Amino acid sequence: MANPLASRTGIIVVGCAIGVMATLLQYFGNPPNMGICVACFERDIAGALGLHRAGVVQYIRPEIVGFVIGAFLAALIAKEYRPRGGSAPLVRFFLGVFAMIGALVFLGCPWRALLRLAGGDWNAVTGLAGLATGIGVGVVFLKSGYSLGRAQPQKAASGYLFPVFMAGLFLLVAFQVTFAEGGPIFFSQKGPGSQHAPLLISLGAGLLVGAIAQRSRFCTMGALRDVILLRDFHLMSGVAALLVAATVMNLALGQFKPGFAGQPVAQTDHIWNFLGMALAGLAFALAGGCPGRQLFLSGEGDLDAGIFALGMIVGAGVSHNFNMASSPAGAAAFGPAGVIVGLIFCLAVGFAMRETSR
Amino acid sequence: MSTTRVDARGLSCPQPVVLTNRAIEAGAEILEVLVDNEVSKENVLRLAKRHGLQTSFREEGPDIVIEIKK
Repeated sequence: MANPLASRTGIIVVGCAIGVMATLLQYFGNPPNMGICVACFERDIAGALGLHRAGVVQYIRPEIVGFVIGAFLAALIAKEYRPRGGSAPLVRFFLGVFAMIGALVFLGCPWRALLRLAGGDWNAVTGLAGLATGIGVGVVFLKSGYSLGRAQPQKAASGYLFPVFMAGLFLLVAFQVTFAEGGPIFFSQKGPGSQHAPLLISLGAGLLVGAIAQRSRFCTMGALRDVILLRDFHLMSGVAALLVAATVMNLALGQFKPGFAGQPVAQTDHIWNFLGMALAGLAFALAGGCPGRQLFLSGEGDLDAGIFALGMIVGAGVSHNFNMASSPAGAAAFGPAGVIVGLIFCLAVGFAMRETSR
Repeated sequence: MSTTRVDARGLSCPQPVVLTNRAIEAGAEILEVLVDNEVSKENVLRLAKRHGLQTSFREEGPDIVIEIKK
C-alpha cells in the first residue's frame, strides 16, 4: 500500500503543514509561541479537570482531542488500527509523569521548543540542547540493549477507549459543563489558559495534524534519536520543515519577537531549562516517542502510549500541586528537585530494563 | 549461505531497527526480519536501503517478513 506521507517529501510537507497550522492557531487566539504544545495542552486539560488548581492554565484543549481522534480515523482508514499493549505499562506511566515534570520546568514540549525558537525566543536553544542531550543518553541505553519488552495484541475494543475518552473531553468543553459551584470543569479567566482559538478551529486543526502525523510517523524525539543513533535524517527533515515554516509564518504575521527576556510563557533560568528538557528527552527516548507521537500512537491502538499520555496528564497535576512547574519569574521552588528525582528514575529504568541476552 | 532471523514483533520503535542494524553489522548474509506493523516495516526497509542492501517482503499471516540480502 503506497503511503506518500511516509516518503521524504511527505514528511517535509507534514512538517511545513504543522508549522503553518501552529502559527495560525496562535493568530486565531492560542497563546504566543504556543500554537501547539502537547505538554502545555495536557497540563491545561489536567487543570480543567481539577487535577491541579493553577488558575491561569485550565482549559480542555480541543487540539489534543483532535490529535488522538484524527490519528485513530487515519489508522482505521489505512487499516493500520492495531490494538496492542502490555509492554511495561506502569514504567511508561511514570516515564510520562517525569517527562511532564521536566517539560514544565522548561515550559514546553519539543514541539513548543521549536515554535518558541521560530518566534524568536532564544531560551529555546538551551531547551533543545537539553532535549538532544537527554535523547543522546537514551540512545546509549538503546545501544546497550534497553527494551521495555514486547507488546501483545489486544482485543479490538480496548483500543477504542482512548479515542472515546477524548471524545468525552470534547463534550465537556463543547457544553462547558459545571459539576459544582466554583468547581470543575475549570476554565481560566486570565493567563494562557484563557487564550484559545475558536473551538472548531482548534478541533479541526487537531484532527488534521493527528491524521497527517499518523500517516507520516512525525516525531520530534525520533528525529533527534535517529540522527544520533543511525545518522538517519528522515524524521529530522520534517522537524526542520516545521521550524522553517513556523519562522516564515511568524515573520509574515508579525509574531516574531527575538530575545531572551520577557518572552511569553517562558523563563530564563538556562541551567534548569537545559536539565528540565534533558529529563523530558530521556523519558521520551525511553518511552519511544515525543508527547505528540504518543498521542498519535494511542489513537492507532497503542494502549501503552495511552498510559504514557495519562502519565503526562497526572504529571502535570503533580508538577503544579507540588510547586515544580516554572513561571515567567523562573524555576519554581521544587522544580530542580523534581528534575533530579526524575533523572534518577529514568537512569534507573535505563539500567534496569536492559535485556541480558544480546 | 546461512539465514539470520530477527524477531521484532511486538517491539516498539526503534528496537526493530536497532536489532536489524546489529545483525547487518555482525555480517549476516541473508537476514529475515519479522515485524508486525507497517511502521516497523518502513523503518527496516529504509535502514536496509541506506546500507545499500536488497530487500523484499512478504506477508505471513498477521506478520510481515522482510528479507535483506547483499
